[in-house]
Amino acid sequence: MAETMSLLLVSGTADKLMAGSIIASGGVANGMDVDIFVSFWGLMEMKKNAPPNMKLSYEGKDMADQIFAIMKEKKVPGWKEMLRQAKEIGTVRVYGCAMFADLLGLKKEDLDPMVDEIIGVSEFVSKAKESKMTLFI
Amino acid sequence: MTMSEEIKATKVIDARGSFCPGPLMELIRAYKEAKTGDVISVYSTDNGTKKDAPVWIKKSGNELVGIFDREGYIEIVMKKTR
Repeated sequence: MAETMSLLLVSGTADKLMAGSIIASGGVANGMDVDIFVSFWGLMEMKKNAPPNMKLSYEGKDMADQIFAIMKEKKVPGWKEMLRQAKEIGTVRVYGCAMFADLLGLKKEDLDPMVDEIIGVSEFVSKAKESKMTLFI
Repeated sequence: MTMSEEIKATKVIDARGSFCPGPLMELIRAYKEAKTGDVISVYSTDNGTKKDAPVWIKKSGNELVGIFDREGYIEIVMKKTR
């Protein structure tokens, strides 16, 4: 059985989401399965047809316009596209957080098709417990 | 002797302009579709790939044929051995 990497995505800013996608890509490149648990603002960005994310976390706020302009100019793929690519290459499972989904009345069909399932925190922790590494991004 | 004279790539991936981890992911995708014995070459302008791709090739138990500095890009060549 492949080793697993567990990622916890809570933030909804492009930098954090992109870091998650890139690390997930690194995981599948190393032959690992990747389990991603997405909650709060991360899950908000996983809503179906969410507009392109143009927010950066606090430290990068002042540079946001510049960073997004550079990324556009250099045709850097967005985090969703990168995550989709990682899913094509290896095993990446994306889990929506049941608590936050309930809070907002979100169902699996309200979320991007790359979300495989909505699960509770305990199920995620039980998976993370067996995994090789767990990262909170 | 240049690489192309030594060994002929079965598949060439032009990932120039793509950023880490793009070229490596394209290489892995091509690797999955390739047959044992196939030679895959990837062109990259990304410096991360220069380090990442050879590590992946060796770790995955395949053969790193070579890393070649071309004009304005690098070419990494692997042979699928497993």
